[in-house]
Amino acid sequence: MSLGPYAAFIVSAYSLVALVLAILIGWIAIDYRNQTRRLRALEESGVVRRSGRSAMEL
Amino acid sequence: MSLIDFANPTRFLALTARILPWLMAATAILFAVGLYQSATAPDDYQQGATVKIMFIHVPNAWLSMLVWGVMSLASLGTLVWRHPLADVAAKSAAPIGAVFTFLALVTGSLWGRPMWGTYWEWDARLTSVLILFLMYLGLMALWRAVEDPSRAARAAAVLTLVGAINLPIIKFSVDWWNTLHQPASVLRMGGSTLDRAFLIPLLVMAIAFTLLFVTLHLAAMRNEILRRRVRSLQMMQASKAA
Repeated sequence: MSLGPYAAFIVSAYSLVALVLAILIGWIAIDYRNQTRRLRALEESGVVRRSGRSAMEL
Repeated sequence: MSLIDFANPTRFLALTARILPWLMAATAILFAVGLYQSATAPDDYQQGATVKIMFIHVPNAWLSMLVWGVMSLASLGTLVWRHPLADVAAKSAAPIGAVFTFLALVTGSLWGRPMWGTYWEWDARLTSVLILFLMYLGLMALWRAVEDPSRAARAAAVLTLVGAINLPIIKFSVDWWNTLHQPASVLRMGGSTLDRAFLIPLLVMAIAFTLLFVTLHLAAMRNEILRRRVRSLQMMQASKAA
């Protein structure tokens, strides 16, 4: 596959999209881990939801 | 179970837990196919190999508008029906929409430099998309600035619906004004003007990016529901301690 004289522009575009999307996916995954960790900490401290179910329960 | 049952956040969380792995797998497969097709697509007789940038630029540009459209529907849900998941959906979609808009602007610039001889031109299409990007950032700032979530949701919903005026401006800017940006070549009356060799990889990539949005949006909505659960439990804990 030859990208011709504008290879730098093409490679930069694909690399940037991959990098930015990886950061977005990572940010959402880390946010999920943080929220579940905070819920677990609340559950361990004895807080229960109004429904009576545990903090971690769906 | 009817669709309305998923208005319940707890049921929604159970649903996302079931379907997210399947969505992730389908997204990965479609990206693999789309990237292979993009890599093996022939060069365009005018653009040469830079046509490959279109396979990532166009889906990001479409999604920049689609996400605002989704947020507008969710805003209607907040203001009219007070749907419990509506403002969760709108708030979670904004950062993802901002990312797609940013990528559309940057990949467009990287295509424009070799083809137009400039990274940026203040023409109607480029400027209206830049405004869309700034509106995403403004909306995210608004959500952070207002402490009461229900007040923030209503203010953001109004702003989102007002901002939706920009969507037809972006779409028809290339028809209404004399712009450097080319007119629509896929979503147009009379059908696509693209050759199948470019149209198929473009559509596969567009579906892959759309599935990525659906996956990330559901995951971000799940996070937002959990964040609100944390907040309400912390308030219960604080009131118990007082």
